[in-house]
This record gives sequence, C-alpha cells and structure tokens, in this order.
Amino acid sequence: MLLIPCPHCGPRNQEEFAYERSVDSLVRLDDAPGVAMAALYARANLRGEDHEIWVHVQGCGQWLRLTRDRVTHAFRDVEAL
Amino acid sequence: MAKTSFAAGRYSALALLRGALGGHRHWGRAWRAAEPGGPYDVIIIGGGGHGLATAYYLAQVHGVRRVAVLEKGYIGGGNTGRNTTIVRSNYRQPQLQRMLDHSLRLWHGLSDELNYNVMFSPRGALFLGHSDADMVKLAERGDALIAMNIDAELMTPDAVAKLVPLLDMRRDARWPIEGGLIQRRGGTARHDAVAWGFARAADNLGVDIIENCEVTGFLRDGDRVTGVTTTRGDISGGRTAICVAGNSGHVAGLAGLKLPIESHTLQAWVTEPVKPMIDTVVMSQSLHCYFSQSDKGGIVGGGDPDMFPSYAQRGAPIRLEESIAQCIALAPALSRLRMVRSWAGVTDMSFDGAPIIGEMPLAGLYLNGGWCYGGFKATPGSGWLYAHLLATGENHPIAAPFGLDRFASGRTVDEAGAGPMPQHR
Amino acid sequence: MAATGRSGSGIAAQTIGFVFDGRRMQAQTGDTLAAALVANGVGLVARSFKYHRPRGILATGVEEPSALVTVGEGAHAEPNVRASDVFVYDGLVARSQNAWPSLRWDVGAINSLAAPLIPAGFYYKTFFGSPARWMLYESVIRRAAGLGLPPTVADPDAYAHRSAFCDVLVVGAGPAGLQAAAEAAEAGRRVILIEQDAVPGGSLARETVTIDGQPGMAWAQATAARVRAAGGRVLTRTTATGYWDDNFVTAVERRTEPGQPGADIAQVLWKLRCGEVILATGTIERPLVFVDNDLPGVMLAGAVRTLALRHGVAAGQRVVIATSHDDAYRTAFALAGIGAQIVAILDSRTAPQGAIIDAARNRFAVHTDARPLRALRKGMQVSGVEALVAGTRQRFACDCLAMSGGASPVLHLHRQAGGALDYHADRGAFLPGAGRQANRTAGAAAGVHDLSAILPQAVIADPLGAATAPQPGPVWRGEAPGKAFVDFQNDVTTSDLSLAQREGYVSVEHVKRYTTLGMGTDQGKTGAMVALAQIADGRGVALPEAGLTTFRPPYTPVTMGAFAGPMHGDHAGPIRRLPLAAAHDALGALWVPAGLWFRPRVYPHAGESIGTASLREARMVRASAGVVDVSSLAKFEIAGPDALRVVAAVCATPVEKLAVGRGRYTLMLREDGIVMDDGTLWRLADDRWLLTSSSGGAARMGRHLSYVTDILLDHPRAAVVDLGEHWAGLALAGPRSAAILADLTGAAVPAHMGLADAMIAGVAVRILAASYSGERAFEVHVPAHHAAPVFASLIDAVRAAGGGAFGLDAMDHLRVEKGHVVIGAEADGRTTPADLGLGGMLRKAGGFVGWQGLTRPAMADQTGRRQLVGLTAIAGGAINEGAMLVVREGDEPLGHVTTAAPRVAGEGSIALGLLVDGRARYGETLFAWSPTRRSYVRVSVGPPLFYDDEGARYRD
Repeated sequence: MLLIPCPHCGPRNQEEFAYERSVDSLVRLDDAPGVAMAALYARANLRGEDHEIWVHVQGCGQWLRLTRDRVTHAFRDVEAL
Repeated sequence: MAKTSFAAGRYSALALLRGALGGHRHWGRAWRAAEPGGPYDVIIIGGGGHGLATAYYLAQVHGVRRVAVLEKGYIGGGNTGRNTTIVRSNYRQPQLQRMLDHSLRLWHGLSDELNYNVMFSPRGALFLGHSDADMVKLAERGDALIAMNIDAELMTPDAVAKLVPLLDMRRDARWPIEGGLIQRRGGTARHDAVAWGFARAADNLGVDIIENCEVTGFLRDGDRVTGVTTTRGDISGGRTAICVAGNSGHVAGLAGLKLPIESHTLQAWVTEPVKPMIDTVVMSQSLHCYFSQSDKGGIVGGGDPDMFPSYAQRGAPIRLEESIAQCIALAPALSRLRMVRSWAGVTDMSFDGAPIIGEMPLAGLYLNGGWCYGGFKATPGSGWLYAHLLATGENHPIAAPFGLDRFASGRTVDEAGAGPMPQHR
Repeated sequence: MAATGRSGSGIAAQTIGFVFDGRRMQAQTGDTLAAALVANGVGLVARSFKYHRPRGILATGVEEPSALVTVGEGAHAEPNVRASDVFVYDGLVARSQNAWPSLRWDVGAINSLAAPLIPAGFYYKTFFGSPARWMLYESVIRRAAGLGLPPTVADPDAYAHRSAFCDVLVVGAGPAGLQAAAEAAEAGRRVILIEQDAVPGGSLARETVTIDGQPGMAWAQATAARVRAAGGRVLTRTTATGYWDDNFVTAVERRTEPGQPGADIAQVLWKLRCGEVILATGTIERPLVFVDNDLPGVMLAGAVRTLALRHGVAAGQRVVIATSHDDAYRTAFALAGIGAQIVAILDSRTAPQGAIIDAARNRFAVHTDARPLRALRKGMQVSGVEALVAGTRQRFACDCLAMSGGASPVLHLHRQAGGALDYHADRGAFLPGAGRQANRTAGAAAGVHDLSAILPQAVIADPLGAATAPQPGPVWRGEAPGKAFVDFQNDVTTSDLSLAQREGYVSVEHVKRYTTLGMGTDQGKTGAMVALAQIADGRGVALPEAGLTTFRPPYTPVTMGAFAGPMHGDHAGPIRRLPLAAAHDALGALWVPAGLWFRPRVYPHAGESIGTASLREARMVRASAGVVDVSSLAKFEIAGPDALRVVAAVCATPVEKLAVGRGRYTLMLREDGIVMDDGTLWRLADDRWLLTSSSGGAARMGRHLSYVTDILLDHPRAAVVDLGEHWAGLALAGPRSAAILADLTGAAVPAHMGLADAMIAGVAVRILAASYSGERAFEVHVPAHHAAPVFASLIDAVRAAGGGAFGLDAMDHLRVEKGHVVIGAEADGRTTPADLGLGGMLRKAGGFVGWQGLTRPAMADQTGRRQLVGLTAIAGGAINEGAMLVVREGDEPLGHVTTAAPRVAGEGSIALGLLVDGRARYGETLFAWSPTRRSYVRVSVGPPLFYDDEGARYRD
C-alpha cells in the first residue's frame, strides 16, 4: 500500500490517487496525428524508474508528476503539475 | 493421431502401477536440462505456458525442431503459475471469439495430446447478471457467441441458484442475481501442469528448454535480429520470438522498441481447502470478481488489477479486500473460509485489451504479448498461432486482426470499449 | 496417550467444559484446545490430507500442520482450525474432519495402502481421455480432497476494519518485543505492540527463568502494562499477517475464539501505517525426519515443554527426547519437573558439551551420536522409537517422542517487506539480512537467543543456564522403508522430494508445486528448512543455493470476512439516491439501478406491467406533458477568461460562435477518436459555460476535464466546477410543456436550445430548453436542497394538463423513436462520431481531444465500419435488445440491436442498431436473431429516425 507524498496534502494512501499515464505518453492537442498516435501507443514501460502522471482524485484533486521505481515501488521525486 | 512415444516413458495408469512396484525409480526427467546450443531456427524468449506451447506446436505441427526456449528463472514461474486458471471463450468481439474458441478446442484434447494430465475441467464458466440491463448485455454476448457456433446458455435465476446453491438469491440483495450466462465448455485447468506438459512434450520433440537463462540483448545484423545475448552466452537463430507477458516492455526495450503495453499488477488469492462447495466458475457482469474451487478444495479468486504500472509482483491489500468483499456479497458463505495465500503477477496490459501477435518493426523479431490478465485460457491457442507465424512468417487468419499495426491503422479490438489505456475491465 | 493429571502451572485457572467428537471433557481457562485434548488423553485428533494417516498434536503454535478440527456449531462452525490456535471457552464444540465414518475407523485410510500408486504428482500421469472422463475422476478426487466441511450459510459474525498510525510497531510480545516496545513507549514514541497469543510472554511461556526476580510470564505482564502506561497500545490475539509497501502492516485481531458466538465484532482487520517496524517474531521449531515421524505422540520438543510449563500438562509419562541441540534438554527437565519419566535423550551430536548437558547426564540417559530411524506404533499412537545410536540400532519404548531439529527464525514479514535473508551455515538457519523498508528484527528471530543479551539491564536467573541457538537436525536419508514426512499437512515425504527431483522438477518452486510442499494451511512453517536441506542435498549444492520460495501474505490464514469487513450484504456497494427519492417513492416509482444510482423506471398503476406502464407514460408525453428526473446527469460549470479554451479542447463540436444564452448538443471524444460521452453545452456568459454529460460517465468526465485543463492546457485562467450533486434536474417534455412552464414561472419560456433563469414555487431555477424526447422540452435545474417544492409544482401542473411523471423506460422509448444515442448502448466505446451519423458535427480544424485518432485510415474510411441504423419489425414480433443482425439464422452477425423499444407514436417494434456498412443497407431486410431468447424477427433497415423527421415538434 503505497504512501504517496502529495506536495499539497502530505503523505496519503494510494487509494486516494489514480494513475493517469506515463509522462512520455502525453498527447498534445496540436501534435501531428503520427506524433500523437506514437505517444499514445508506444510506451517505454520501463522496468525500473519512470515518470508518471497521477491525480489526487480523492484528495486535493491536483495532478502530480511522480518519479518512481516500478520494481521497488520507491519514490524518488514528486512534483505538483 | 498416433500416440507419441516418450524417451522417458509414456504416462499411463499402467506405468504408475509399474512405478508402484519399483519405487517409482523408472521415471526420467520430464524435460532435459538443456544447455544453450544453436544456431536455432527459432529462439523463443520466455518459458511460460505460451512460449512452451509455441515451441511444442512448432515442432509438432510444423516440424521445426531446432527451437530453444529461454527462461530467465524456472519454467512456468510467471503468470502461468499465478493465474486463477479460468478457461473460457465467451468473449463479445468476433476476433477474440474466434481466437479463444480455437484455444478452447485445443484445451479439450490437451491432456491426451501432451500425454500429461492438465486437469482441464469444463465445469462451466458462469457470468452473473445483476440487473435487467446486465441480462440484456449477457443475452447479447450469448447471441453473439451462438451466432459464431460457440456455446452459450442464458440462465434464469432459478437455474443459477440450482447450479450454485451458495449464491445470495435474495431479491433485495445489493447486487441481486437476475440470471446468468454460462459457457459449459469453459472451466478450469491445472496451471503448472500446462507449463510442464508442454515442456515435456516439446522437449521430447527435440526442443531445448534452457532455464536460468536471461536475455540481456539482441544480436543484430543491421535492422535484422539474428539472435540474443544472454546470461549464458550468445545464442543465434533465424527467428527470435518474444513471449514474456509482463516483461514484454522490458524485452522490447532491449531492442530499442516501444509497445502499446504497460505492465500492471494483478493479485489473486486462495482459501484453505474445504470439501466441494462450488462446482462452477463464477464471474460477474457488473462486479470485478471471480471465483472457483480448485481440485484441492481451496476457493481461488481475484478481482481488479492494482491500476498502476509495476513490475514488482506485489500489490496492495485494498484490492484483495475489494475482490473478497464482492465474492462474499455474491456467496455469503465464503466469509467463514480463511484465505491462506495471496500472490501477484505482472500483466501485460495492451492498449485495447487484446493481445498482440505479429512481426516487430525489426526483421526477424516477433512478439506475442499484451494478453492482459486473460492469457492463461489462451495458452494452447496462442502457442499454436504463434508457431504458425514463426514457421511460415505469416499470421494465421485467426491471428491476423491482432498485429501490432492495428494501433496505427485504427483497427483496434476493443472488447471492453474502454479505449487507449490499459483496460481494467 | 495416557490421561494425565494437571500439575500446578502456577496460573489460577477455572474448570470449563468442552466437547470433542461428542465426548464431553474438561479444560482449564487458558488452555488451548491442543493442551486440553492432551490433558484429556486424546492422542488421535485428525486425519491427514492425502493418506488419511492418524495424526495428533505436533505443535503448540500457529505452525501446527496436523491437528486441524472444525470448531463451533451450525452457522458458527469454522473448519480447519488449528487445535493449538483456539483457546477453550466454556461449551466449545470441536469435531474431527476429513474422516468417515469416524476418526478412528476412517475409510479414507485405504489411501495409505494405495500410497505406492499415488506418489507426488501421480495425477499428472493418468486419468487420460476426454475432459468428461477426467471430470468423473475429478469428482472423486475433489470429494477426497479438501479438509473440513464448507460453510453453507451466511456468516453470522461481524468484522470491522480499523486504521491506526504509530511511530513504532512491534510484532511479537516475547522478551525482545516487550523490551523494544517498553523502551520506545517510555521514550515518548507512539507504540503499538501486537501479539498473536492471548497473553504476552512468547517463549517465556516455556521457560522457568526469572527476570528481575519475577517469573518470566509475570515479568511479561508487567512489561506490557508499562507499554500501556506509557501510552502504547497492546493488542493480544492479534496477528500481523501482511507487510506491504511503505511500512503498511495489516493485522487481524480475534475478539472471539473460533466458533464462539455472541460478540458484536468477531474480528478486526487493523491497517497500520508505521514509522518503524520491529519484528520480534521468534522462531518455529523444526521436526526431525524419520519414518513415521507423524504418529500421534511424536511432538515438537518445544511444544511438549510449553504444555508442561504453561498448561501443566505432561504429553506423556515415558518420554524419549530426540534432538540436535541443547534447547530440547530443557524439555527433559520441564517434563521431569511435572513427574514424567525421561526414557532417553537421543542427541545427534557426537560430543555435545556444556552445563545443561552435564546436568542432564546426571539425571537422564543421554545417548550421543543418536538419531531416530523410525517411530514404533501401537494402535494409532507412538509406542517407541528405533534409533541408530553410535552405529547400532536400538529401541526405546515411550508414549511420547519429543523431537527437535533446530529452530527457524520467523522471517515471513521481513521477507514480505522485501528484506534479504542471509544463510548462516553455523546456525543452519536463515537470519534477516538487509531490509528494504524501515524495519528491523529483534530477539530469537534475529538469532539472539540468550535472554541476558536481549534484556541487558535485567537480572536473569535461569536454573538451566543461558539459552543457546538451536542447531539444525540431520535429514534422514531413507535408510528404512516407509514414510518420513517433511510436510505433515500435505503428506509430502522425503521420497516425494526425491521423485520430483528425479523427474527434473529441480527448482525449489517446481519441487514445491509438484509435490505441494509447503502449500497447506500452515504454509510449511515447520518443515520448510528440512525440505530445503534435502532439496539442496539432492542437487549437490549448498542450502542457500537451492533457493527459497516466496513468502506470501498472509502469515497465517485470515478469515475472508475480516478482509471484507463491513463491505458485504447491503454494504457491498454504495447506493446513490436522487435528491427527490422520497417524492418519487410517494408517486409509486419502481426503481432501477443505473450504475450506482437508483432511478425511477416507471410509475406503474395498479396491476400494470412495466412494459404497459412505460408505454403509457411515453404516450402521455407525446400527447400532453411529463416530468422525468434527470438529476444524475453530470453537470460542469467552466468559467474564467480562458474557459473557451477548455471547452474547445473537450468538445469536438463548434463552440466559439455559440451565443450567450444558447446551447447545443456536443460530443466529447477519447484520444483515439472514439466517442467518450455526449451532452449539451451552454454558454451562460461570455466566459461561463455549462456542460452536461451522461450520468454513468460523470466521474470519467470530471477527471477528463481536469486533465485537459491542468495538463494539456497547462493551467489556463479557468476553473471547472462539478455541479453534479449540487443541482437536481427535472426534464419537462411534451406539447403542453411550454404552456405549463410559462404558467408556472409567469415568464416567457426560452426558445429551443435557449436558456433562462426563472422562479418556480419561490425557488430560483435555471431553464435549459433541450429536448431528448422529440417533443418541446425543458430541463429545469434547481439546487438539490430546494428541489422538492419545484418538483411538486411541476407534477401538479403536468397532472392538471393530463400528464404526469415518467421514468427511464419511457424516456428510452421516446429517444429511440427520435434516434438519440446513449453512451454505453449505441456509443459503446468502439464507435466514432461518423459511425453514429454525427461526423458532420465535428470541427473540421481539429484542435479537440481525439482529432488525431480520427485521421487513422480505418477510422476515417467508413467502409466496413459499424454504423447506426434504425430497425423496424416488419412482420410482427418484438425486436430483442442485443439480438444479432443477420441475413439469415446461423449466419455470422453483421451487427446487433443496441436498443429496442415499442413504437410510441404508432404500433409495432422499432430499434436502433449498429450494422456493418449500415447506411448502405437502408431498405434491406435482415433478421434480429436472438438464439438465447429464441426469437427471430424480420426487420427492415432504415435511418435511425422514426418520428417527426423535420424536428417540427420540439421547436418553438
């Protein structure tokens, strides 16, 4: 049960948060179609540290960028988006 | 079909009797502890059920016997040995129906085919409906299945109650049971036996099963993949086939490729064994839970994945609480059983919920992955289709809709209609 | 086993009664069922899983593999309870299980005779043939397998969940745990100390030591009191079962004993977020491996000592002790202390030395270089042991054989937490290595056995001298034919392990899965290391190289109900009630679930079927007017200087030119171009917008708006407020609706797709002139808390006009006739706007979420796509929702019926459907085929519009 360090609320249970997507998969409104579909469907899916977008959906409702290890589940960095 | 002979002896009741008289000393290894050799015609990365099945069908159906299966740990140690063993083909989308029913037909002859009892038990796979709307959805699914010549049967609440007496049939239950849809040809199988049975049969046909051999990179000749580097040395081959489920992203990454796959955790649990209490696989149209009883007597169940990327084979207790609570809501007597073990697997969640079978952007490199949390039921069919691709270089018509290019073309196979995120239902 | 009297255990106890297999017996308070059974001379307690071998008590802790019984009666019956893990209460009823017709005369014991035929994994090698044939064998196997009888009725017990935080969680209230907890609590830290036993003390229960002048157990009580006095929480009968990420520990507190009725809360599942975790979990003793080491009367030496010192029960009168280390010698002294005779101590070491050995030699017959080969039996009870003593076979008669093959530190939680294990060959044990979380291990679990090292400040007096680390016992090598068990519960023998290895199941995980080693309810707590030693030996590698299987939660089995807590029965899912639920009830509404919402389906008259009532309601709307509750619709207000940017990104339809005071139908897409949701968009002011969308998609749309705003647009000057639950919505529809509303508000009504503020019944409302039914219609939005008088006024007014309330079914009939799509039916997560015939609504310039996805070839090209069509039954019969659309019965489907309805304006059956190349098939005849419902209806394909093609009726 992760304890996610929300920069707005402090550490909170993972139940309060929702994972959105990895940072590398952002599709911008003005991306060309090829670029957009590549971002949407081609994921690095790293076995190790990666950057992710989460939202504190049952808390402050704010979006976070988490840098976390997908094997150890350790957080290295969290920043408000 | 002529019976395959096995170097280390066929399995039969008679052979067991012979063993009983001789202290069971005559049994040889089920599969050799092969050393890396080569060059191979096909290198299969991943010694799970799908990879071993692929090797078997390559050798058996296509006569391609110079095949290596590389497994980083022990065979069947990933999702093959971590699932809830449900086998069924009652999907909604015709592409999946064709593929999974092809697999289900293979299941029905698998023990004999492999001369290894995989304990396939077509005890019925029952979806429960909890509202009129659920029942319409189940009827639609049933209609779609029957129209594809796949068995399905809509059940009244009374028929459901008779089949699974433990269900809470109160009309005012929070999730009242308004009926169900059963696939009687579906059921369960013994997951480990599937890996071991395919391994033994493939090995018997000359396939090298190489355990404790982790792939660390790819051998390249320009844009062509010509083999792999491993913790046990370089191994070269004509075609290299990724079949590593939750590690698909990692292994593809070794070749510099990205996939429409994310790895998520899925947990499952089993209770202490008790005498028979449920004879059917029970699932729900609205709730995210499923359960059945193993032959040993434990109730095996599960629910939603953990909903974020992880390679940890470790989940959060809240998911267990949710799936158990829902199972108890459906079958209140489960409450007094005790859960003895929970575990987690790393599932390869694809971005439309359907598997990916096809050639990769690098020549000579192939992928079979993205089975999400539904791969076990597909084991023989997936191996059969992948073998076809690896032997012929072309996807079999049944596998054709599942190429990697469907994401760029827009021909996704979206069973849940949930879109381009890992689908959790 | 001879019935034995109770020696004074020094604990004041009362006599209570219990029943085992129909026999009434007496116990003392504080007895476990295991202790009480031994005290009553009951040797045979259970039958084993596979061979139905007679089994007795092996252990006194949670590691007990054999003595499993069913406790409690009726709905309170609980199968598979370890006799060592239930404290006897007055009136306890226990039954043996997995035996028929009786424990003593068990037909299943025939499996023992058939044992040569059914070695490990035998079932993989036989029972071939069709799956149906396997299922015949399987039904026999299933009945033979399983342990106790399953519960058949709902659980009468209640369970709770509790969360708590602490600076320090201490698991285990033995000397190390107590000391750590008291120190931390007295240093001002928030401490929780949990202990699976009913009393603190741990290993002190089996020692004669005094600490600071007090008997060990009294010191334990006093130290626990110190923890409490310093503000700590001490939870006994509580087991830490799971150690999860970020120092989150789950623990289960038993408030009642198994099978015991009468408590408000039977168990509590604790969820503990901990600063630091100290694991003082002690050790579990290992058996020795020799033939028939599972006979009743063969017990772990520590268990025999616990029975003697804690419960005052002698497990036998003539006892042989077989050991590989000093600790079991203490059992000899303890037993002698309560009057039992020590026949012999068999020590596998050749030259053991030390004070306790010397003391023992003075009192008992100590044999060194001595190891048991087989237990001898009389009836179903051990009667002696054949041992190899300095190379010579000798027999010793006994009625209890106390064995000890060393002890394994309990490191399950350490491993669950991701900690490493280090093998210490000198100890023959794994000890905790580097941890990954904020936890450490203390006491015997960390390899520290000497009390004076654990309690350095205390004055320790141990008549037997300091405790030493238990050493591992030898692994029997199969010198005698017979069964030597390593996993008592699953009947796994040394020969099973050998067989598995011979067959190539070499990895420890393969051995485990092939033989079922360690997969019982005890998770192999006693035999795991013994088995590992043999596996390593078989492979010719050092023990740690054989590898370890994963330690999986829970540490001990946990009642399913405890996981569920209160989330079952009526609480199995939340229920969302409309703000006007009571008013609908008063109108006789029949409710229907829609996601978590319950909404009025119909308001049937007496004797009316649902279908009749819904058609009546729909015709009422076409004829005069009706009111339907649409409060569950999602409603978002988007405001600010950059609000237009948000709206333009989310909505795929033109938005910029929408005039203030006007609205329009809109679509919201996913990034892959598929329709995510639909709704209406209203411009309240130049910089304020109202977006309504589907009820079921409300949460998804809220998150989507937030994502678009904060991530894609990078915090524009705009706010999105979810008004969904704050505003009730009432849709007034029908040819009389404008007149009714004008009358109620005393003002002009807005034009179609216009909006206005007004007053109804003294309440300020917002009126949106939107139609879903095909009739002139208005949505009246009103703050939820003030909705009741507005609803009452509307109902009165429509009734006066010959109308009334209508429900979801009627609304569905009306919208089908008008060809409006529903998210989840026509927009099923696979349809594009063009599939729904709405492609022309999209902004050509793109710039909205999903525009790129739509450019993909298979989405842009309509060929072969499923398209929305209208279907009309042309030869009678009702079209079934969900039916397949086929050219003829048995064909592969070309599409399916998404929603079916009776015609409201007219007679007959109509439907909407998704059909491959549907728009090219207008005029064709197909069949709506539902084999599950045995219906086959001829339908004509046409445009999805059955009523008022020109849209004249909903305009002003």
